[in-house]
Amino acid sequence: MIGNLQILIDAPALSLQLLIDGILVGAVFALAAYGLALVWGVTNVINVAQGEFVMLGGFITVLCADQGLPPLIAVPIAAAVLYVLGWVLFQLVIVHLVGRDMFNSVLATFGIAIVLQQLMAHVFGGADRIVESGLGSWFFRDGLIGIAKVKVVVFVACIALGVTLALFLARSRAGQAIRATAQEPRAASVLGIETRRVYALTFALNAAICGAAGALAAMAYTIHAYGGLAYTIRSFMIVVVAGLGNLAGVIWAALGLGVAENFAGFILGAQYQIAFVFGLLVAVLVFRNWRLRRKRLTLR
Amino acid sequence: MPNTLALTPTRLILIAAFLLCGVIAPLLAPAYQTQLTELLLFIVFALAWDLVGGQMGYNSFGNVLFVGVGMYVCAIVQVGLFYNVWLYTEARGGGTEFIFDESQFLIGLAVGLPVAALVSALIAWALGSLVLTMRGHYFAICTLGLGIAAGQIAAGIPWIGAGSGMLTPNPPDSLGDVGLLLYYLSLGLAVTCALTFAWLLSTRFGLALNAIRDDEDKAEAMGLNTHMAKVTAWVIAAAFLGVAGALYGNLVRFIDPIQTAFAGATIGVWMILMALLGGRGTLLGPIVGAIVFQVTKELFWTYMLGWQRVALGVLIVVVAVFFPYGIVGFFRDRFKDKGSAAEERA
Repeated sequence: MIGNLQILIDAPALSLQLLIDGILVGAVFALAAYGLALVWGVTNVINVAQGEFVMLGGFITVLCADQGLPPLIAVPIAAAVLYVLGWVLFQLVIVHLVGRDMFNSVLATFGIAIVLQQLMAHVFGGADRIVESGLGSWFFRDGLIGIAKVKVVVFVACIALGVTLALFLARSRAGQAIRATAQEPRAASVLGIETRRVYALTFALNAAICGAAGALAAMAYTIHAYGGLAYTIRSFMIVVVAGLGNLAGVIWAALGLGVAENFAGFILGAQYQIAFVFGLLVAVLVFRNWRLRRKRLTLR
Repeated sequence: MPNTLALTPTRLILIAAFLLCGVIAPLLAPAYQTQLTELLLFIVFALAWDLVGGQMGYNSFGNVLFVGVGMYVCAIVQVGLFYNVWLYTEARGGGTEFIFDESQFLIGLAVGLPVAALVSALIAWALGSLVLTMRGHYFAICTLGLGIAAGQIAAGIPWIGAGSGMLTPNPPDSLGDVGLLLYYLSLGLAVTCALTFAWLLSTRFGLALNAIRDDEDKAEAMGLNTHMAKVTAWVIAAAFLGVAGALYGNLVRFIDPIQTAFAGATIGVWMILMALLGGRGTLLGPIVGAIVFQVTKELFWTYMLGWQRVALGVLIVVVAVFFPYGIVGFFRDRFKDKGSAAEERA
């Protein structure tokens, strides 16, 4: 562990490499976290199945690649499939959770997560999967730093999707309805907004975002039937750090998490990278709590 | 309000009948001995979850942390008393080298179980001051993270076998049926757990827990030391979970860090399901829930080959959404309706 730290100090190029990779993977986290914040803010449901939506999107890319389709085609397909899945799940399960105790929504979506995990393991097997893009890498500093082109493509696509979503929420009529419902559901429904449809739209939209993020992620990073929970936890952590409805904060927190995770994975060893993510979650929550107590704010 | 936990003669007879069933069950159905032992441990899991989740309103998703700690600590003590743990895990606990004779096995178990309880309780105490100040979903997600982080860390420590797990000591053949011993130990644990909780909930401490669940700020404003009460309940639950985990480890004999010890997606969420299924915040609920759950699980395992985990996931969703008050809650509601109707007539 100390040895790895020494390597980093001796070879600044390696630090730069980790930094770049961290920023690039952060965009995927940001997209999933933005979706979580959207659902959390509008329906007050914390979707623990968030990461499973991401993984499912990734497996759709795998399916498309198996059929010989170009991987980028998989992104709209994954978004569409997940949109439908999100809509169905909302009508079957989530609609009963809106306005109920948060415990029920966490438990129920955890159940959904388990079902999706098991189904994915059944259909796609329990192995790590990745779709080879065949794009190659750019090399700098005599090959010390390599940047996979596909990671840059994924990064740019994620940012583009995030900006589109933010514009949709800010400008479109449906986006306004979503924001109005988030602010005050009763007033929104008095003004003629069908809040139930808005909730359904929000949840389905979130699933579609996750699907797209996963479809992109599968081209550059491994996906795994049981790998979803880590994405959920990352999303939750990012939203807790950034606060609800703070897009800039979500992006900064996500990129920061990507970088921190990459460095931790290198210094502690790759087998501890996931442990680091979950440990960091606990640390973030404990720190948040400590700060709120110092300010003597009510802890809710 | 009358003390709902008072020992009326009918209840005493029921408890005695229940105990008798427990004592003779493995003799009547020896084929199901492992499942029955598992059921007793599930009862402890569900009861311990419910003390903090149901009675105190702190819904933990990471109680499996204490199960895993108990499992590992007990196994380490059982091995470490007589052999070098490092060599034992390196040899995958097998071979002719690491043989435990009767007294070694029994001493290991006798020392391992209390140490497992102690270490679990200590960890709960240390974590309690940090995490029990969180509320609602922050607490839920934080504990979920704790449970999984523990599994990932355990999977990285070579001393306890890292990702390839650890075997508990092989019982010597001369000891006869160790499964029966584990069964009666589990029965003792389940009965102790139920009686301890029944007693705790009949005291002022039980009222304090319910007050925290109903309105923590108000309870604190009334002068109740809520932090103390929360940590105490969490530590007691952790001690029982630790012992139950230790026995569970010896029952399955193989400790996988992520699949058995810190299995957040199986045991970790099953214990919540059991408490919820039976009736959250009641003493009888978790026991009933564990029995119903174990039967359901075994049926799923028998008749839904390969799809049982999917079915259990669906069950979690259905119970959380449509049946949040559980079996005991369902019957209590019906009973209450009759009672109020009778009052109206009178």
